[in-house]
This record gives sequence, structure tokens and C-alpha cells, in this order.
Amino acid sequence: MYVAVKGGEKAIENAHALMADRRRGDRSVPALGIEQIASQLSLAVDRVMAEGSLYDPELAAMAVRQARGDLIEAIFLLRAYRTTLSRFGNAKPLDTNAMRIERRVSATFKDIPGGQLLGPTFDYTHRLIDPAMAGDVSVAEPLRREREDDTACPRVTDILDGQGLIEPDVPGDAEPADLTRSATAYPVERDLRLQALARGDEGFLLALGYSTQRGYGRTHPFVGEIRIGMVDVEIDVPELGFAVRAGSVRVTECQMVSQFKGGKGGGPDGEPRFTRGYGLVFGQSERKAMAVSLVDRALRADEFGEQRNAPAQDEEFVLEHCDNVQATGFVEHLKLPHYVDFQAELDLLRTLRREANEHATREAAE
Amino acid sequence: MQATIPDRKRVLDALLTAATRPLAQAYEALSATMPQALPVRGPEIGMVMLRGRIGGGGQPFNLGEATVTRATVRLESGEIGHAVLLGRDMEKARMVAHLDALAQRDDWRATVETRFVAPALEAEAEERRRQVEEVEATRVDFFTMVRGED
Repeated sequence: MYVAVKGGEKAIENAHALMADRRRGDRSVPALGIEQIASQLSLAVDRVMAEGSLYDPELAAMAVRQARGDLIEAIFLLRAYRTTLSRFGNAKPLDTNAMRIERRVSATFKDIPGGQLLGPTFDYTHRLIDPAMAGDVSVAEPLRREREDDTACPRVTDILDGQGLIEPDVPGDAEPADLTRSATAYPVERDLRLQALARGDEGFLLALGYSTQRGYGRTHPFVGEIRIGMVDVEIDVPELGFAVRAGSVRVTECQMVSQFKGGKGGGPDGEPRFTRGYGLVFGQSERKAMAVSLVDRALRADEFGEQRNAPAQDEEFVLEHCDNVQATGFVEHLKLPHYVDFQAELDLLRTLRREANEHATREAAE
Repeated sequence: MQATIPDRKRVLDALLTAATRPLAQAYEALSATMPQALPVRGPEIGMVMLRGRIGGGGQPFNLGEATVTRATVRLESGEIGHAVLLGRDMEKARMVAHLDALAQRDDWRATVETRFVAPALEAEAEERRRQVEEVEATRVDFFTMVRGED
């Protein structure tokens, strides 16, 4: 039996009008401005840009507002927007060594060149709700201190690298894979994994990173360094014949230093050295960058001859499930009308029951 | 006279990342006297793919895209100006492309420098100093703790 369903148009229209009303809420309360969202809910905006995979704070703030603060819905909106734009080209790789640092900490060395800069962090707060947040108490300007020495902030991993104690970066300029342009065929390389993880769901990656700490693919990690700050974006302009500084973006970078390996994955002569996990994400989000670096390291199991037996080490499992727009699309589609599918199941069930009844009746008669 | 690459890059870098409001005010004040800009391309909004490097210094990988706006204009005298900036500000892209074209003219180079480039660089330096000093105040001084024994 085929059931044609029509007639929802009016209900849908009215539901959207009701949603718009609920989104606006009490009209006697001032509406949220985009600037307010972008500046006062900036970490939500950062998350939407990171997982929406499009850096544009104003658009992300509009998406947060439109989605009533449902961040996955906002991420979906941003992803949909990006499909309407054409890509003019590729920027030069960001130079995180030249970052204008807003926060930089290391858990492996107390006295790193350039020092430990706490920046605007929730760390060391008491995690007690501040009664002042109920009102609009004026906030003092931050303190300023003149910078005394201009010591650069080299990456902590580069310091260890100079002593041969840690696996070095392998420089190069190969064209990286792009999961938005071609279908993913497993196994994949680390460049594609880092792209997928950068836009992956923070909660999913946090749980996977946590699972590695609890023993499911353990890697004995230390935070070599976390740095947050602004990095210039240089774009080649073919008509000019040189690259221009088109702006800057805020990113968070995490260098995770993991258990040393000898032999395969060790130094040139197989001597043991530390291995690394890397995380780079849009915006200020060290939880996400740390999770990415843990999962990045776990996914390198084959490189280091490690057994792959934990979820975080399963490349296809991680990459195919870390995208919350894909995940929400498939999970949430279940609520859409499945009347015909379900009718077929119901018919099948009735047929099975009838056959079972007839079979029982026949047996009883014999 | 053709501007050298470092000169032209310096002008573009300063203007592309300048705050829009003061740039627009200065532009407005001078626009009546400027040789007109004829549109060649755009302004148009698109994206660029931003890239990182594995481990910070290794092979490139695709990090995610950013919105950009680009514009190209031409002066009657033939100079072509370009702009490509992060975000979706079509008016700013058009202004910067116009100024890039003007800066190639001997009669306008100094004006672009003094009215646009120098103030933008000055504002940027001040803003950067502010940010550095605010972050500096959160530096952990492991060796300068006063123990209160004297």
C-alpha cells in the first residue's frame, strides 16, 4: 500500500513562525546583537567556526543567534553557507612560530624560552558561579606590563628536537589532501586526518582523547606546549606576483609529547626518542586542540608499529564519525516521515504472525 | 615609475588589515580629488583554504576555509589596483584596490602613504603593544616570588 502524504505546508509555515517567536523571546528584553555574541560569547563563536570549518566571526555569530544557541545547528548553518561560495585559492601555510601570543603554557618545562604566559584562561578559577554574573557589574581594564625582554617563543618541541630527543617535523610542500574535494579512501595520510579532526566534533574527540588516557590506546602524553594567538594569513595574488597579508586568524595549537619509541619510529639509528601528537584548530579552544593532538597520536599507531585495538586508533571509525553535521543529519533524519518504510515492516510482521498462527493451527489439527 | 614589490606589499599589507572605520573616513575626505576607479573585477566574496603544517613545521594540511573579499580596479591612467582581504567587506576591498592603484602614481604615492598607510601602521603598532602588555601581565615569574623573610 502506497501512502501519499501532503498537507503539512501550513503547519510547517506556522511552526517556523512560532520558532522565530521563541527565538526572539520576551520582546521587552533587548534583542542580542551580533557584536554582543561575537565578543561576549566568543568561545561559542570560535567553536562554530572551527567545526563549521569556515573562519568568519560575524557569520558564526549570526548562526549562533539564528540557531538559538544550538551550536551544532549553527555549525550546520555555517557549513551550508560555505557551499554557496567559490574558493579563490589556498593561503600559505600559517606560521604558528610567528604567532602573536595571547596564551602559552608548557607542562613539560617550567623555564621555557619566552616564558609561560597564562593569558585569558579559566584555569585556576574556582568554578563557582559568580553572583556578579547576574548583573552588569563594570569590569576593570586588564593590567598591562611592559615587555622587558624580547625573547622569542620557540616551540617547545623544537627545543627538544635540537637535542635529537624527539621526532622532528618533516618539512615539505606537497599538496595536501582535501576531504571537501574528494571522497575519502582508507587508509589516509596524516594531513587528511588533521583536516578531519580540526573540523570534528569537540565532544566526540574529547571522549576519544580521554579514552586513550584511560588505557584504550595509551600513549603517555604530556602537554609540550599550548599556544593561542593571532597568526597572519598570507595569500598569493597571481596578478601581483607576490603574497599579501589579507588579515589574521586566532588559532590554538597543541604539541603533545608522547611516549618514546626506539627501532621503527625511533631516531636515525633506531635510538629511542619521544613521539608527538599535533592539534591545530580555529579560535581559542585548548580542550579541542588537546583532544585533537591525543587522537592524532593514537591514529599514528601503524607508524610506530603499535597494535591497533582501541577505538581512538581506528582511523575509519574516528574519521567517519567525528563530523557532527554528518552525524546529526543521519541521526535526526529518523524523525522525518518514514510512513511507507514502517508500513512495510508492519505488513511483514503481520504476515509472519499470520503464518505462525496458521502453522500452529495446522499442527494442532494433525 | 613602477613601485617595487616590497613597497607595494608594504602598502597593501597595511591597508588590507587596517581598521575599516578610520580608513573609510580618510578615504571619504579625499575621494572627491581622487582619479576615479573603474571596476575590473568584483568586489566579490569567496573563500580561501587556510593551511597549517603538521607538527607546526612539517608538511602542509588543510585546516579550514576563511571568507575573503577581493576586488580589482583600474584608473583612467592605466594603473591596476588589487585587494584581497579576510572577511566580507566589499566596500573596504574596493577602497584598498583603489588606493593600491593610486599608490602606483607619482602624484598620489605620498598622499596614500601619509594619509592611509602611516596611520594604519601606527594604529596597528599601538594595538599590538596593548595586547603584548596585557598578556605580559599574566607571565608567570617563577624566580621573582617574594618569600617575606626580610
